[in-house]
Amino acid sequence: MNKQVTFRIWRGDATGGKFVEYTTEITEGLVVLDVIHKIQATQANDMACRWNCKAGKCGSCSAEINGIPKLMCMTRMDTLNTDKVITVEPMRAFPSIRDLVTDVSWNFRVKTKIKKFNPRKPDAEDGTWRMMQEDVDRVQEFRKCIECFLCQDVCHVLRDHHKHDEFIGPRFLVYTAALEMHPLDTEDRLAELKQTQGIGFCNITKCCTKVCPEHITITDNAIIPLKERVVDEYYDPLGWLWKKIRPQG
Amino acid sequence: MDYADTLPKQRPFGATTRPDAWWLQPLVVFLGFSAFIIYSTWAAFQGVSDMKTGIPSYWYGGHGANYLSPFYSPEFWGISPHAIGKLPSWWPSWAPFSPAFLILWAPAGFRFTCYYYRGAYYKSFWADPINCAVGEPRKSYLGEKYFPLIIQNVHRYMFYVAAVFIVILAYDAWLGMWFTDAVTGKEHFGIGVGTIIMTLNAVFLGLYTFGCHSLRHLVGGFLDSKSKAPSCAKAYNCVSCLNTRHMMWAWISLFWVGFTDVYIRLCATGHIHDFIFFKF
Repeated sequence: MNKQVTFRIWRGDATGGKFVEYTTEITEGLVVLDVIHKIQATQANDMACRWNCKAGKCGSCSAEINGIPKLMCMTRMDTLNTDKVITVEPMRAFPSIRDLVTDVSWNFRVKTKIKKFNPRKPDAEDGTWRMMQEDVDRVQEFRKCIECFLCQDVCHVLRDHHKHDEFIGPRFLVYTAALEMHPLDTEDRLAELKQTQGIGFCNITKCCTKVCPEHITITDNAIIPLKERVVDEYYDPLGWLWKKIRPQG
Repeated sequence: MDYADTLPKQRPFGATTRPDAWWLQPLVVFLGFSAFIIYSTWAAFQGVSDMKTGIPSYWYGGHGANYLSPFYSPEFWGISPHAIGKLPSWWPSWAPFSPAFLILWAPAGFRFTCYYYRGAYYKSFWADPINCAVGEPRKSYLGEKYFPLIIQNVHRYMFYVAAVFIVILAYDAWLGMWFTDAVTGKEHFGIGVGTIIMTLNAVFLGLYTFGCHSLRHLVGGFLDSKSKAPSCAKAYNCVSCLNTRHMMWAWISLFWVGFTDVYIRLCATGHIHDFIFFKF
C-alpha cells in the first residue's frame, strides 16, 4: 500500500547542520535505508549515507532512527509509526563527517591497543589445537559482532561523557571478553581493563544490549563477567588468599 | 584539537529525538523502589513501638500459627518466640531499637549492589542516563571506577550473606507449617495461607539470589574451559538459567517479601484472620 511519509534527516558536517524534512511515497516491504536512498535519488542528491551489504551484516548503515541507534537496512518501515515524522540522524558518539556519515576510526585505533590472541602451545604435532564445543560456546556469541558500533553510540559514557580516552566501550569489552574467555588464550588483560580501558565506567544500564542488532547479550555475558574477573584480581581479599594457598597445577 | 572537541555537543537533560514514552520505565522503577523503601522503613520502625509494648506486630501466633515477618528474621534481641536473646541492658534507653535494624542492611546491601538494581537505579534515581539515548543532567562522570561507587565491587560478599538469609527464611517457612495446639501444647503439621505466602517468599528470594551474576562467575564463569570441571559447568548452566530472568525475579521477590510482611502484620494486628487449609 502506497503512503506519503515525512522524514526529518540531519544534514550537515562537523561545523554544524540542521534537520531537513523530506516527504516521499513508500510502498510495502521497504526498510529505512530504501527510503533514504529514494530521497537521495529524487530530492537530495548530495546527501551522504554509508551503506554496503543491505543485509545487516556489514554494520555500515548505523544511524539513529527516531532517537534509537539502529541499522537502517534492518529497520522495516512497518515497525515505525509512519503517521508521524520519522527522524534519522547520525550516531552521536563519533565526529560527524557529513549528513548521516560519521568518523568511526576511533574504534579501530582502540582495537589496536587490546592485547592480541595469544594461544597456548599447539596440542598436536601438526600445530593444531583441540577444544570442546562447550568451552567455545560462550565466545562464539561474541563473534557474532558485526562492528556496527551502535553499542558504542548508545553508551552514555562515550555519547554524553566523551570518555573516549579512558573507556573502550561495549564493543571492545565484548572483543576483550572473546579473547579473555577463549580456552586457548594465555594472555592476561585484566590490568588494562581496570586501568586504561576503564571497565569501571560501565554502570550496567544495558543500553548496549538493547540496541545490538546481533542480539549479543553484551552486558550480562561479556561486561559483567569481565567485571567479576577484575574483582577476582583486585577487589576480593578472600579470592586473593585462595589463589595464594590453593594447590597449584 | 582534542578528540572530545570533534564530537557532537552533549545534549541537555531529557533532550532526545525519541518519540516514545521513554520516561515511563524509569518512572515506574522509581515509584516501585520508592514504595518498597518507604514501606520497609516504616515496617522496621514498627518494631520500636513493639519493643515498648511487648507485643510484636511482626509475628503472628493466632490459632497456633508461627509466622515471622521476613523483615525481622533472624530476630535478634526481639520479643517473639523466634527471638535470639533479649535486648541487652547496656542498650541506651534513649536509642530506638527494632530487631529489623540489625538485619535489614544485609538484604538491602545485596540488592543495592546487585548488577540489575544498579543499572535500574542509576537510571531512575540518578538519571545517569535516565534512559538510553536521552540527555543527562550532569557533565561529570565517575562511574564505578572511583569512590564511592567502586564499593559496588563488594557484591559477591553481599551474596554470601544473602544466601544465608535464604536458608533462614526457608527454615521460617518450615516453622510456619507447624501449629501449636493451645490445650495440649503439641505441634501439628498444617498449611495455612501464611504458610504458603512464607514458602513462596523463600522460593522467590532463592530464585532471585541464586541467579546472581557474582554467583554465576564464582561457580564456573571464572573458568575458560568448563569441560574440565563438569560440576562447575552444570552449576554455571543452572545459575545462568536463573540469571537470564534475574530482573523478573528481582521484582517478584521484592514485591513478595513486602507482601509477606504486610500479610503477617495484618494477621498479627487482628485486621485479617489467617485461613488454615488443614492441619493433622
